Amino acid sequence: MNRLLMRKTGDAKFLSHLDLMRTMQRAFVRTGLKIKHTQGFNPHPYMSFALPLSVGVESLCELMDFELDEPLELACIPDSLNKKLPDGLFAVSAYKAENKFKNIKWLDIFCELYYDVGVPECAAAKIQNIFSKSAVVEKRTKRGTAQIDIFPLINAVKIECATEKMLSIYARISAQEPSLNPGLLIAAVNKYEKSLTPDFTKMERREIYDADLKVFR
Amino acid sequence: MKQQLERILQSVQKPARYIGGEYNEIIKDKAKVNLRFAFCFPDTYEIGMSNLGLHILYGALNDVPDVWCERAFAPWGDMEEEMRRSGVPLYALESGDPISSFDIIGFSLGYEMAYTNVLNMLDLADIPIRAADRKELLPIVFAGGTSCVNPEPMSDFFDLFAIGEGEELDLDIVNLLKIAKSEGWDKQQFLAEAAKIPGVYVPSLYDVSYNEDGTLNSVLAIEDAPKVVTKRIIEDLESSYFPSKTIVPSTEIVHDRVSLELFRGCIRGCRFCQAGYVYRPVRRRSPDFLLKKAKEALSDSGYEEITLSSLSTSDYKGLNELCDNLIDWCEPRKVSLSLPSLRADNFSMELMAKVQKVRRSGLTFAPEAGSQRLRDVINKNVREEELLESCRVAFEGGWNSLKLYFMLGLPTETDEDVLAIGELVNKVLDTWRTHAKNRSRGVRIHVSTSCFVPKPHTPFQWESQIEMEEYSRRVKLLRDNMKSRSISYSWHEPDVSFVEAVLSRGDRRVGRAIEEAWRMGGKLDSWSEYFSFDRWTSAFDKCGLDMRFYACRERKTDEILPWDIVSVGVSKSYLESEKKNAYDGIITPDCREMCTGCGADALLLRGKCDE
Repeated sequence: MNRLLMRKTGDAKFLSHLDLMRTMQRAFVRTGLKIKHTQGFNPHPYMSFALPLSVGVESLCELMDFELDEPLELACIPDSLNKKLPDGLFAVSAYKAENKFKNIKWLDIFCELYYDVGVPECAAAKIQNIFSKSAVVEKRTKRGTAQIDIFPLINAVKIECATEKMLSIYARISAQEPSLNPGLLIAAVNKYEKSLTPDFTKMERREIYDADLKVFR
Repeated sequence: MKQQLERILQSVQKPARYIGGEYNEIIKDKAKVNLRFAFCFPDTYEIGMSNLGLHILYGALNDVPDVWCERAFAPWGDMEEEMRRSGVPLYALESGDPISSFDIIGFSLGYEMAYTNVLNMLDLADIPIRAADRKELLPIVFAGGTSCVNPEPMSDFFDLFAIGEGEELDLDIVNLLKIAKSEGWDKQQFLAEAAKIPGVYVPSLYDVSYNEDGTLNSVLAIEDAPKVVTKRIIEDLESSYFPSKTIVPSTEIVHDRVSLELFRGCIRGCRFCQAGYVYRPVRRRSPDFLLKKAKEALSDSGYEEITLSSLSTSDYKGLNELCDNLIDWCEPRKVSLSLPSLRADNFSMELMAKVQKVRRSGLTFAPEAGSQRLRDVINKNVREEELLESCRVAFEGGWNSLKLYFMLGLPTETDEDVLAIGELVNKVLDTWRTHAKNRSRGVRIHVSTSCFVPKPHTPFQWESQIEMEEYSRRVKLLRDNMKSRSISYSWHEPDVSFVEAVLSRGDRRVGRAIEEAWRMGGKLDSWSEYFSFDRWTSAFDKCGLDMRFYACRERKTDEILPWDIVSVGVSKSYLESEKKNAYDGIITPDCREMCTGCGADALLLRGKCDE
């Protein structure tokens, strides 16, 4: 199996998972690279992404598996792809994959919380406090809503007042089984410290790891 | 604005349609262009980006080095609300700059139900909606597209209309505006000069008066404005701009595929069909040219599907050759080919087997009327035997789902004609029973009816639309007589068709009601979530205008019609004789069988259609 490491930043964060799949399929066709298709009545290129990203979240570490119909120097794929991608999508490297997606366990998420009138006093300490013990928030599921405790799903968290108007949360959270939607970190802030509800939030996925906290590629 | 926008995009549905940045989007250096053109499509991104005309004109305009054409679409309601609340004006997707800062704003008017969107987009751009309230030269606000064959209902809002095909005409307008800008002309001077460009209609250069009964008394040209504006066409489709490198949306749109335009115009002359008259004369591209362009467009875009586009694909001379060559190229690349607008008469098994090699698509026929008598009236020259034969071929080929389109309310229609739809559908069902490849899988026949809307520049332009209650009665009659479990029947509500009929044959006074409907909250009227019939009736009431005067009134053939100011090349006397033939049930042969002298060939320098 071949793997592509790519970034999804800027306005491209507004593309949905399906948008991204379709865009990558077409980008491969544009490069002239022959990607393997599924068999059957409705053949489509075989490709699969690790950890689908929520709309509105940027990422520096998207992984996509694909198969080619012809043997090819993988190293030249990112360059050819980058000429054919829309704004905000960038292929970093392509290589033979040795590790299965199911071995991904943790991911780093970087959140920027913006306060139009300035970061409230002691905000960093208060937020740190929320994440240092059990915190139950409402999660939307396919069958309505559920209450989940996010505390066990957080491996580490670091909070900083980055600028006068922005506070950052750097959190290492569970990537799958179960996954933690990073939006729930903000939901916890809104629930437990209402006065710290930000006016605007940005999120970026920074890195992914296996169970031993080794960077996953 | 950028940060404001980023914030609101977090909270709206499908934000990807508001960001631009797609593959093949054109970015130019603002400092190096002399004229900025905002191509505004008065519907959502998903609809607008599916429009071939947009891609053609975007490419043709951006081919000019010192012109930068950018795009804007109507935002969905949630986005509009957020934009208004945060003070984000309508902006162009490419640069993010406000539309109000552009030199020229061109709207594509393809259907009447988009009219309120034009006003809403101008307002959202902070531009006065009425042409008379825009005193400065810039921005010039104009419209092109099929609906402009009757420009009058929207004439209060546009400075000018580009009538006909835009590839060359838009460039003529743009070039004149460049001169006007550099020489410091005022708006009046520009409009007077623009009116001299063939195909340009400047409504402010005409005085209109009415008779007591509400009909037109006179339309007088002021100064040197032409008495009739004749539409522009591209004579040679192979040397004109062809869109091989088109923007590929990153998010899903309605028609997400390469669209290969085979030819313009139609040889058929169906009497209800506006496109069949206003796109004349027939001009084609050669199979070699098209194959080359198809390969370029598919390789460049990465699309997995290509569709052949025209008003009647089966009438393309060289269709077999083109399909064979396309399939040879597409099949190993897993690209599927779709053939819309196939006629039920010369539909061949061979062609059908070909197109379903990669992926199978649905099958749709449009007999339009149930009885042969009524099909003769409308000159839809499809015989029942031909339709059933096509169905037989389809069913033997394994198809088990079929869509059939009809219209109710066609001129001279009786209950017998309505019931004939049910009979025809039953015969289709019988054909399936006799010829189905695999009967155990069952069959679905989807029957759909819409309410006929008489359109300008057709032989039925003088007709009355049937009353909405009458349409509903005929729907019920048909429904009660078409009861098989294999048939599903859906019908379009008549209220939208009624408003469409009013707007399509409206005069200048209708503009007031369109403005009123918009002020009362009207927008996105082609979407059932937004359309409100009550709003339209209140708007017309408020303006003291009778909607039925426009929709349900039979006009005398000597009446001055609002759209007489436009010539699409087909003479009024030809339309009149076609109207007579309709009532006499006389079929007019297609243009290949013999030329019946519609007059559109005079638009060609070489003087011969369909070469």
